[in-house]
Amino acid sequence: MACSATAKIIHNPLLLSSSRSAEKSDSCCKMLGPSSFLGSTSMSKKLVSVNKGASRVSRRSANVVAVSSDVVKEKKLKSSSAASSLLITKEEGLVLYEDMVLGRAFEDMCAQMYYRGKMFGFVHLYNGQEAVSTGFIKLLKKEDCVVSTYRDHVHALSKGVPAREVMSELFGKTTGCCRGQGGSMHMFSKEHNLLGGFAFIGEGIPVATGAAFTSKYKREVLKEDCDEVTLAFFGDGTCNNGQFFECLNMAALWKLPIVFVVENNLWAIGMSHLRATSDPQIWKKGPAFGMPGVHVDGMDVLKVREVANEAIARARRGEGPTLVECETYRFRGHSLADPDELRDPAEKAHYATRDPITALKKYILENNLASEAELKAIEKKIDEVVEDAVEFADESPVPARSQLLENVFADPRGFGIGPDGKYRCEDPKFTEGTAQV
Amino acid sequence: MAALLQSFGVASASVASSDHSIKLPAFSVHSLPVIRSEARLISSPILGTRKTGKVTTRAVAAKAENPASAASKPGHELLLFEALREGLEEEMDRDPRVCVMGEDVGHYGGSYKVTKGLAEKYGDLRVLDTPIAENSFTGMAIGAAMTGLRPIVEGMNMGFLLLAFNQISDNCGMLHYTSGGQFTIPTVIRGPGGVGRQLGAEHSQRLESYFQSIPGIQMVACSTPYNAKGLMKAAIRSENPVVLFEHVLLYNLKERIPDEEYVLSLEEAEMVRPGEHVTILTYSRMRYHVMQAAKTLVNKGYDPEVIDIRSLKPFDLYTIGNSVKKTHRVLIVEECMRTGGIGASLTAAINENFHDFLDAPIVCLSSQDVPTPYAGTLEEWTVVQPAQIVAAVEQLCQ
Repeated sequence: MACSATAKIIHNPLLLSSSRSAEKSDSCCKMLGPSSFLGSTSMSKKLVSVNKGASRVSRRSANVVAVSSDVVKEKKLKSSSAASSLLITKEEGLVLYEDMVLGRAFEDMCAQMYYRGKMFGFVHLYNGQEAVSTGFIKLLKKEDCVVSTYRDHVHALSKGVPAREVMSELFGKTTGCCRGQGGSMHMFSKEHNLLGGFAFIGEGIPVATGAAFTSKYKREVLKEDCDEVTLAFFGDGTCNNGQFFECLNMAALWKLPIVFVVENNLWAIGMSHLRATSDPQIWKKGPAFGMPGVHVDGMDVLKVREVANEAIARARRGEGPTLVECETYRFRGHSLADPDELRDPAEKAHYATRDPITALKKYILENNLASEAELKAIEKKIDEVVEDAVEFADESPVPARSQLLENVFADPRGFGIGPDGKYRCEDPKFTEGTAQV
Repeated sequence: MAALLQSFGVASASVASSDHSIKLPAFSVHSLPVIRSEARLISSPILGTRKTGKVTTRAVAAKAENPASAASKPGHELLLFEALREGLEEEMDRDPRVCVMGEDVGHYGGSYKVTKGLAEKYGDLRVLDTPIAENSFTGMAIGAAMTGLRPIVEGMNMGFLLLAFNQISDNCGMLHYTSGGQFTIPTVIRGPGGVGRQLGAEHSQRLESYFQSIPGIQMVACSTPYNAKGLMKAAIRSENPVVLFEHVLLYNLKERIPDEEYVLSLEEAEMVRPGEHVTILTYSRMRYHVMQAAKTLVNKGYDPEVIDIRSLKPFDLYTIGNSVKKTHRVLIVEECMRTGGIGASLTAAINENFHDFLDAPIVCLSSQDVPTPYAGTLEEWTVVQPAQIVAAVEQLCQ
């Protein structure tokens, strides 16, 4: 089993998770044997919880190389523990809560706007998966990079792109973060280092690898003080794609500062993960390439945050990449055009009880980190932010014709030399968008 | 052909330009000087084409130079792959963000020796030996470009870049636009392509036709050591993604190039031989077949104007247009496939823009639409040979 020398082989983090979640009835990991076809439409399948099978858990502990640090390993957590052993402070808790509520409210508003005809095309909503985005991205600096897929609205929001810009982009207005030229699936922000927004699955992973390469290059060739980390988010379907494996290889080979975050929501449109994958345990594919592979409950933002902390710290220290599989679930269909008929209602109901926002709210209130009133105030504030974003987007102008040919080339001489000897871009009609190219 | 240039030296377009300004008049100091062929030079027995027998297809010039005369001429002599390396090295010295990625570019020195010695000089990270994963390392180069580096991706053979088509089309070409102009992708994607010496179908591909529709990229093809170095430097300095097409058979061309630094324009075509009767548009290796045919044509009394279009996307419609307006007859000679090739696009562009100036329909000689066969005789018939060019001109000029 290949792994970097500094990674500690510790007890299965799932054991820690299970001890933490003992008081919760949720299962924090699933055992995917051939008998437990989660999410299939057959009613005879049932969900398996780790609480039931210590033996099952131990079967996996032998080859997990976890990234949790010793500190985490030794933490003992009970619901009534003193404040010093809580996972988050009040400020952190409120930040996490606000970010997740923003993600949820924004996506709900997107659905509304879509059905009202304000946005078109393919829109993929993130409801239910907020813990992954918030858990990871809130630990990043502004200079760190995030690469996502087409389900990227909430990654953009978590990274700091204003809700107004994202909503405008969805409406196709010039004030959108990509001037209306990208749309739902192509959110980019240079200021916040969001490198997209990719429609084809897997094609963002090499881009993320490249951003991590730049970080290493800056450090080792340009001798700059650079510890920037890149996060690549993608789904379970992508984990069967060649680009995924090729990048795992390169990232581990060159010890690139990148974290591969798998948002395993069990479904790739209508294809169940189990029907598409020979070995559905994605985290196992990390050690095959020489990096730690970790599985975490993606419906619990605190667990995600803990794992993310260590993975990001590992990357910053120059120890190389990590593969983190977050078990999560999308409450809505694949996109707003998906009738979502294949998924078992029982499965949906099960995950609905594990709503990450409800879980965090419960944790905050039970540990007296904040009051109900404060949380309500946050929710109200977010409602206003989202309303404002819609208003702003509504009032923004649509792109003019002259915008059509802008930005095709960074250097517009790329349009060539016209018959009159001048560069095409010097032609006044060019900016009007009526020139022949 | 290169020997032709070598024997009288290339007049230097030796203005060391760091950046082109937008307002360039067509033949400014930045552009290539006009190389005028004269009758005496055409008859020099470089390639032995005065024989009326089989026209040789050797594009490699073999004339050795007298050391005494060499020392007195300006510039220095080198082979095309060395010219590419020189351009690359100069740019890597100039800007520490320029880096190379590809298979065997580092320790092996490049499968055609274009990056020889660079890994020892710049280190393994700047001249990166990648695993065999074209799509991913091309995507990696794009991600690096978006975050501040200026990578050059080498496809060991251009055909391998078909595996990277996803990244080249979707990310390389499109991201500047879909990000609303926020991210630039200053990559250069280069590699040898074209029909070689019995390399088999898959190693003999011409990708210029596949890439030409991708919005957002520029494509250039080099054909001489002089323009190879100039175009390499221009491509690296360009903020746009550029695909630089080299040809497997042209790497050993020898030429004398200026010592001074020079950068060529990515959008301009090169006037190889001015003439009056017919415009022959060509690029890459076919330039040499055309020049060979030109010798025969001159002997037969024709005066062809030969233009190496160099910029495959976009076309230099000024140079081409001026030529069409002068000669009124166009012959396109390319190595691309017949269907949907560069010649097809060029024919359309000329018809659209210069229809009134044409006295005859445009004739386009392209490779046959076949996977390049292995057998030498069949391979020869796949690409355009000088005899066909001569026949086409005679037909056109009736």
